Amino acid sequence: MTYGTTVPYSASSPGPRGSQRVSPGPAGTGPAGTGPAGGDLPRLLPVHGAVPVDLHTHVSRYAAPPYFGHPGQLIPVLKAAGLTGRGGAAFPVYRKLQAVAEARTRPVVIGNGAEGEPASDKDKSLLWISPHLVLDGLQLAAEAVGSQAVALYVHRNARLQERLRAAVAERAAAGIDRAPVEIIDAPPRFLAGEESALASRISGQPAMPRFKPPRVFERGVVGRPTLVHNVETLAHMALIARYGPAWFRAVGTPGEPGSMLCTLHPADGRRDVVETALGTPLRELLRLDGTQAVLSGGYHGAWVPAADAARMTLSNEDLQPAGAFVGAGVLVALPATRCGIAETARVARYLALESAGQCGPCFNGLPRIAAALDEVASPRPDPRAVTDMIRWAGLVEGRGACHHPDGTTRFVRSALHVFREEIRNHSAGRCVDPAREPFLPLPADTALAAADWS
Amino acid sequence: MKKELRVDPTACSGHGLCAELLPELITLDEWGYPIVAREPVPRSLDRHVRRAVTDCPTLALRLLPAS
Repeated sequence: MTYGTTVPYSASSPGPRGSQRVSPGPAGTGPAGTGPAGGDLPRLLPVHGAVPVDLHTHVSRYAAPPYFGHPGQLIPVLKAAGLTGRGGAAFPVYRKLQAVAEARTRPVVIGNGAEGEPASDKDKSLLWISPHLVLDGLQLAAEAVGSQAVALYVHRNARLQERLRAAVAERAAAGIDRAPVEIIDAPPRFLAGEESALASRISGQPAMPRFKPPRVFERGVVGRPTLVHNVETLAHMALIARYGPAWFRAVGTPGEPGSMLCTLHPADGRRDVVETALGTPLRELLRLDGTQAVLSGGYHGAWVPAADAARMTLSNEDLQPAGAFVGAGVLVALPATRCGIAETARVARYLALESAGQCGPCFNGLPRIAAALDEVASPRPDPRAVTDMIRWAGLVEGRGACHHPDGTTRFVRSALHVFREEIRNHSAGRCVDPAREPFLPLPADTALAAADWS
Repeated sequence: MKKELRVDPTACSGHGLCAELLPELITLDEWGYPIVAREPVPRSLDRHVRRAVTDCPTLALRLLPAS
């Protein structure tokens, strides 16, 4: 069962406008100070509607953040909870905290709200509706690693940033925060939230990925050990610190516990942010009739045939054997009436242009892969296009400073496999959707010409 | 300790010198960028490896602990 809250916020229309589907979730968490029932969702978003939660409402519902009094104390709690990063990589959260806490120099802590994925709205929605959960998590993470240098990194958006600055000021005035929080601009790029790009940007350089080693947790912002967590991860942390690991594990699966925010793109073209338990059947999240394939994990993710997706749950245990993964919770149902190759080609072109252009294989390979996919999307394509594409995919994988080439080829390779019937159609000069009205969302005003990385 | 060669792809600009100095471990792709064998560097090649690392015009070739 999914308890949803309609997305109140999107990049094109910031703020709580548009449709507001009232959440079908069960009523109410407990009164302030007592733990709510663990099985109740949503946890991160308000139970009803999408009205932003102000500090007064937040504190009366959750009380002030439960500081532990010493660094390190939160880490075993997070380990027991089994919380993994919600930015896409699903890395165990406690391990990052531990690595940073053990460093000899004072670390920097960054809340990562850069949501460059055009199909994802969940971080923007969370920051708009429940900023104080994120800010609580940021403070608790800073305490856990003994840091006083704390920032929130979010895309340039005047309304959202203004609201976050007001929230930070309100907390400072109320004496809730132990460490001052700075709000830092992320450029409008797909890769802006990649950890080393983030560290470069906050160190005053362009937001471009760097070669590792050293990892960001070893040497990140201005060379200091840096803890970077996705904003949703921080919000879960804020609740685990209050209610404990057993509460967190009351939903989800033993291997992938808890809930997560997802951005759903059903086949009818709507766009919703929902909070759901890991392990929820995909067919409960997206109606799959009239759907040919599901994209899981966003534009670095993979297509899965709808018939397979109908048997899967939202979990890496189910998705990874099919070459996909949960990622940051983007799920798209591609209608049977659309051309999966044309859709993937359009996004591949975008991904090629979003290459930072620093690494030869990515700079050379991605535009060629995108052009070859364009060829395959056209009537009676050159039969060499597919073999060229597969060779170039092999040449870019594992050869970038970041995972952009790997994510792009994962997406493209899955399209070649899942839409192979459509490729045969194109060879015969036919296409399921000759009109080619775009379905997968892309930014309207990609800052490509401006090459704006700072 | 076993070591392996890695290229910092953000520093490499495809001069191709490394592939000339160390063809045993490095080839060039069709755009002129090095493809480095992901294997521990054999001791017999030590001298050539060091030379390739120090002679890279952009210092993009690194000798790192084997992963």
